[in-house]
Amino acid sequence: MATPSVRPAVVIGGNRIPFARSNTKYANASNQDMFTAALEGLVARFGLQGQRIGAVAGGAVLKHSKDFNLIRESVLGSSLDPATVAYDVQMACATGMEAIGSLANKIKLGQLDSGIGGGVDTTSDAPIAVSEGLRQVLLELARARSTKAKLTALSRLRPAHLAPSAPGTGEPRTGLSMGEHQAKTTRHWGITRTAQDELALASHRNLAAAYERGFFDDLMTSFNGLSRDNNLRADSTLEKLGSLKPAFGKSLGEEATMTAGNSTPLTDGASTVLLGSEDYATEHGLPMLANFVDFEAAAVDFVHGAEGLLMAPAYAVARMLKRNNLTLQDFDFYEIHEAFAGTVLSTLKAWEDEEFCREKLGLDEPLGAIDRGKLNVNGSSLAAGHPFAATGGRIVATLAKMLHEKGSGRGLISVCAAGGQGVVAILEARN
Amino acid sequence: MADKYLDMVNSGFTATLAKKLGLPRPARLRRWSTQTPLLPGPLLVLGSSARAQALSDTLVSWGLDVRRNDAGGAKLGGLILLLDELTHPEQLSPLMLAAGQAVRQLVPGARVVSISRPALATDEPAVAAVRQGIDGAIRSLGRELRAGATANGILLTGDAEADSPSVLAATHFFLSGRSAYVDGQFLQVSGNAGELPESFDAPLAGKVVAVTGAARGIGAAIAATLYRDGATVIVVDMPGASDALSKVANRVSGTALQLDVTAADAGTRIIEHARARHGQLDLVIHNAGITRDKLLANMDAGRWDSVIAVNIASQLRMNEQLLAADLPGLRVVSLASTSGIAGNRGQSNYAASKGGVIGMVRASAEDFAANGGTINAVAPGFIETEMTAKIPLGTRTVARMVLPSLMQGGLPLDVAEAIGFLAWDASQGINGQTLRVCGQSLVGA
Repeated sequence: MATPSVRPAVVIGGNRIPFARSNTKYANASNQDMFTAALEGLVARFGLQGQRIGAVAGGAVLKHSKDFNLIRESVLGSSLDPATVAYDVQMACATGMEAIGSLANKIKLGQLDSGIGGGVDTTSDAPIAVSEGLRQVLLELARARSTKAKLTALSRLRPAHLAPSAPGTGEPRTGLSMGEHQAKTTRHWGITRTAQDELALASHRNLAAAYERGFFDDLMTSFNGLSRDNNLRADSTLEKLGSLKPAFGKSLGEEATMTAGNSTPLTDGASTVLLGSEDYATEHGLPMLANFVDFEAAAVDFVHGAEGLLMAPAYAVARMLKRNNLTLQDFDFYEIHEAFAGTVLSTLKAWEDEEFCREKLGLDEPLGAIDRGKLNVNGSSLAAGHPFAATGGRIVATLAKMLHEKGSGRGLISVCAAGGQGVVAILEARN
Repeated sequence: MADKYLDMVNSGFTATLAKKLGLPRPARLRRWSTQTPLLPGPLLVLGSSARAQALSDTLVSWGLDVRRNDAGGAKLGGLILLLDELTHPEQLSPLMLAAGQAVRQLVPGARVVSISRPALATDEPAVAAVRQGIDGAIRSLGRELRAGATANGILLTGDAEADSPSVLAATHFFLSGRSAYVDGQFLQVSGNAGELPESFDAPLAGKVVAVTGAARGIGAAIAATLYRDGATVIVVDMPGASDALSKVANRVSGTALQLDVTAADAGTRIIEHARARHGQLDLVIHNAGITRDKLLANMDAGRWDSVIAVNIASQLRMNEQLLAADLPGLRVVSLASTSGIAGNRGQSNYAASKGGVIGMVRASAEDFAANGGTINAVAPGFIETEMTAKIPLGTRTVARMVLPSLMQGGLPLDVAEAIGFLAWDASQGINGQTLRVCGQSLVGA
């Protein structure tokens, strides 16, 4: 058996549909509609019609059970060769990163020549389950053979059972919403309201400026009448953000700092990224924006309070830097997913904290501060919105293009996820 | 609506009724298909020309049943009039009268093509008189023809002969279903350059073409038609239209490029995309255009300037970049409009831009020819699109049925066919021209 050799996995480009706040423009679009649209835009941009791509991987966090083969069904509805393999991935908000990273690994090993990774989510067309009580009754009814048994089963039905059970963003083991978890972390790290609002404002301004200079012209395809993320508030100000009432951590009273302005809203959208080997890109006359160098996942024990729910990327970055013999300052761009402004600021503060780096990360010295001028320079989730599984694809394509435009250097990606997990990655520019 | 009316007057009881009532009865036009013969019947060639035999041989090689000067009583699919040797108006008589008899034998969807020379200021007065007279006579014949038949003319200029590649290309186009909505038009052809395609079913095989404004309407039809004819297509449109654009790209197995044609580097970005993805660029179709109609008395700067910026200024700038890129044999086809020729109420801005296109291609011909290329324009008349569907019914009916000889609006496909033809290698002798696709509309005649 031949030993597979490691070769570069290259980010060729990406495509996403504009992100839409929940129950707005995409209220009637399904996950499959949106992922197919993002995929079709990618196919059109790179002329992939009829091509058999090595694999298409992606997923959704909120998924109907009928969508068990969501990505494969999307591929079958696309202009790609129907013989293109596809599979679903699920790792909460890190779904897109995990899908893309795994494809990159397969390309590096020579198992695949090309791959499309991404994700999609809708909180508008969300699956609604029947209540647990009703479900039990229905299952028993299906098992019942005799009329008597059927009637017995039905007799257990109660009016309360008819209330549907909608999905929430609450953590199953703590019952707390993600925002409530982050509120604890934000307070732990002493992140001020002003610092969070400033980060949110920068996100909106950077994203608006990127649109103005046409940065997204080859990263996006309009959908359902939307050609820009509709959460973007180009005219936002610190005063406006400062006037919002706290949305999370209200029990903290005066000390509550997290608002709807410095937290991401529920969002619908989809993203895709095209990856390939150098040979694949050359053969097809496709650009090579950046190398997908490495990625790392981490998980923390948030259940017992040992760590904040969204702090896993802080750990993953430390491990990935060590493996790649890099320091936190060896990057030209930092793409830290803005689940909440507090998440980004807590993570940055933790990296600067000697005790945290020593005790939690096992480092002799703190990872240190980053140049904030290199952080989320074209905006991030606070402005664009955050359709859970679609965020990874948005970030990878955006960063790859930024690195290619610069023509040199490295970029760091950090994406936190529910369940106390996170995925981080390194991209390197190609000329 | 147009299709319903067309169906109604062409079949069954309603057809008889329409005939009795004297309603306009537009015919179903004969359009191009690789499955049908070039002409629906034999071709009669009347008159003489230095290279008549060579022309005739080529026509036979296209599978046509060619009759020289005498068709007997046979039904005819087409008629070619060789008039380029005439020197006095008195000489027209026998040929035109013979043509008149032959017209009685034409089948539906037939074609009449004249081959003559343009009247020049330097000609002997009698020579100029007969040449200009042919123009009037053929256009009049076009108005007399029925059942979807058309009459067009080829004007030999310079050293062009009846069997020059570009003359043959124009002859093929006019005889074929590709020219369904081209009627009463004269095309100047010069020189002996160009090469006929190996197959008229794929005359653009191996070519890479960029089409601006390709997300919908005529642009989408251009993309589809050039793809059908063998080209690799780059579809270009505004980021806001990218949803529709990607659908067009995927239908034609092309690549989508999101671009505002008014951007300073639009031409360069098209060239870069074409070179990087497809290795070459052979043809650019300036189709992107907007209307901002208003009577001039009510016109504002926003409406006027945006139309000029998108419809003509962008093309001038892109052409400079295309010329600077030194692309051998590059063909450019730009969208003009009959509004730019005849004017149109409420469209002074649009007409200025589209008249501008006609002036631009005429004045750019030499520059493009220097590198073996050409630049031409196509001027559509009333075309059935989403845009024209918004014109009030009365106005629309007049524009569609009363004004053109063919008594109907054209299809986006008809415009696309003319563009495709101008892009053929064989069309190299056609440069700086504006070809109208208007069903011989009275507008601008």
